[in-house]
Amino acid sequence: MMTKSVADLELFEKMYLIRTFEETVQSLFQKGEIVGTTHLYSGQEAVATGFASALKAQDLVAATYRGHGHALATGVSTQSLMDEMLGRASGVCGGRSGSMNVIDLKNRLIGCFGIIGGSIGAATGAAISLARKNGVAIAFFGDGAINQAYFYECLNFAAVRKLPVIFVCENNLYGEYTPWEDVTAGGIRARAQALEVKSETIDGNDVWKVQQTALESFEYSRNGNGPVFIEALTYRFVGHSRSDPAKYRKPGELDAWKLRDPLLIARKRLISDFGYTNDEIDSVEKSVNRAMDVVRENSLKAPFPDLGRLGSEFKEFNTRGGRSK
Amino acid sequence: MTVTTDELSFRNAIREAIDEELAADDKVIFFGEDVAEAGGVFAVTPGLREKFGDDRVFDTPISELALASAAFGSAVAGMRPIVEIMFADFLFLAMDSLVNQSAKYWYLSNEQKSIPLVVRSAVGGGVGFGPIHSQVPISWFLGVPGLKIVAPSTPNDAKRLLKAAIRDENPVLFFEHKGLYSTTEIRKEQTAHESLGKARILQSGKDITLVSCMKGVAECLEAAKMLNEIGISAEVLDLRSLRPMDSELIQSSFSKTKSLLVVEEGPITGGWAAEVIAIANEVNTGAGKKLWRIATDDRPIPFSPILENAFFASAQVILDSVRERHGK
Repeated sequence: MMTKSVADLELFEKMYLIRTFEETVQSLFQKGEIVGTTHLYSGQEAVATGFASALKAQDLVAATYRGHGHALATGVSTQSLMDEMLGRASGVCGGRSGSMNVIDLKNRLIGCFGIIGGSIGAATGAAISLARKNGVAIAFFGDGAINQAYFYECLNFAAVRKLPVIFVCENNLYGEYTPWEDVTAGGIRARAQALEVKSETIDGNDVWKVQQTALESFEYSRNGNGPVFIEALTYRFVGHSRSDPAKYRKPGELDAWKLRDPLLIARKRLISDFGYTNDEIDSVEKSVNRAMDVVRENSLKAPFPDLGRLGSEFKEFNTRGGRSK
Repeated sequence: MTVTTDELSFRNAIREAIDEELAADDKVIFFGEDVAEAGGVFAVTPGLREKFGDDRVFDTPISELALASAAFGSAVAGMRPIVEIMFADFLFLAMDSLVNQSAKYWYLSNEQKSIPLVVRSAVGGGVGFGPIHSQVPISWFLGVPGLKIVAPSTPNDAKRLLKAAIRDENPVLFFEHKGLYSTTEIRKEQTAHESLGKARILQSGKDITLVSCMKGVAECLEAAKMLNEIGISAEVLDLRSLRPMDSELIQSSFSKTKSLLVVEEGPITGGWAAEVIAIANEVNTGAGKKLWRIATDDRPIPFSPILENAFFASAQVILDSVRERHGK
């Protein structure tokens, strides 16, 4: 048995926070409080949580429109993220970005990108700057993104420039509604191998396995060895977006993956490997639930943005050159 | 012919601007296809890599989307990148990063960070490159809030405006007309730092305003001389900045001359000339009073329902606008 450490319980707490956040978003959606669309991260929590746990202060993260989990994992406050979902002035982007495009540079989040593959470009560029600061950038993206130009162009660019960037492909088996094998020639990791980029395929539902991979990858890239590509095998428990009932799943597939729920795996390992008790873990869940209820109520009461402060397309905008209706 | 040291070519103006800004600020970096070792396919940037090193001036793969991403991401993380897209026809490969990432970041992030990057790109025809290496894609970007577009017409202005673009806090597309690279003029000392968004009157006149940018400006000046011989006094307005466009100067010139011709190198349908004419029309006298438009503000579309609902014109807004103009 390993040493019982608060940090390990905190990994569980973070994953449980993400799951609870997503369930709260879902219920607010169904009540019509959240408009538009959302893409939930339920089932994939271990990937963002494991990688974020290995970040240093100078590192940066780029994620996708399925980005609530990455935002919470990097430290975006639960309240400001929920306020953003509801379009409130106190949201992390003042209500301007909504669910798909959250940015929080104070918490190392370059952004969540609404176009598939966008995170890959953002992290690659950031790595040019981070190379000067001993920092590393991470791009999170799904299996669908590996067929975008962003993927090939940036993986190659990062490799030839030896940039400190970790490419994390969260393979959840489906690109939107379509199984990845139906639309992808060859393997996923094989593409990184063809470019001779260091790569590994891991169990993305075991947060300690993800964390260990993250620590090794960060060290490799931080030491000037160039990029790393990780394929993290995982599964989303919900549809692609709120309008997707996920009828494309194979019979029994969801049930089989529920047995590999990252929260379930973490609970078992906390008990068997780290000496925690079910009661201790239950009490973490209860405290997250209580806190989420408060967040939810606060968000619903938070004021909307002020129509008198619409902002500008440019920084330091010279209004004489500008136009508005 | 001996070129004196007082002469500045357009090509050297660009190199000097990059050189001086690289020297002035360690955060400035410059990269693109064949720009470092080869010094650029138009021989604009030789010697910069040797002077500043491969960390700050470097060659890249032929990957325009990755180049635009590299500029965006490095700017988010604190750099001030200058990227060369060899021919502006290749910009279409870089659209997502430029339009959805760089241009929207300042607004979308609720003003956490702006993106100070410059995309330099060669445009224009007349030098035998054919249909896919000669376009001027200004109008593709004209309707993108958050982007600035600069298009200089002379060497001194090119240097001044490129330095201003590099120092600007926002993403700037800087277009260089291929037909101008070898043009020269007497060097003028750069004094005060320039800001973007201002047009200039190159020649005053009272009968007609000729508006253009880049290579078209020289043609307008030449035409103005010929017009003068037949008794028509032409004012020549060099736009310099296409976005933002200098509405004030366009309108004041048109108010004076009551006649305005825009000379655009680009397809007539959907071109930037239409924007100039619309702006001139908005002085709201004569026909302009009954010919106008309602559109959304020059900002990205916001998420928050209260902001989004206010963003689009309702039937009531249309009604009020018509009533006002028709006095009912």
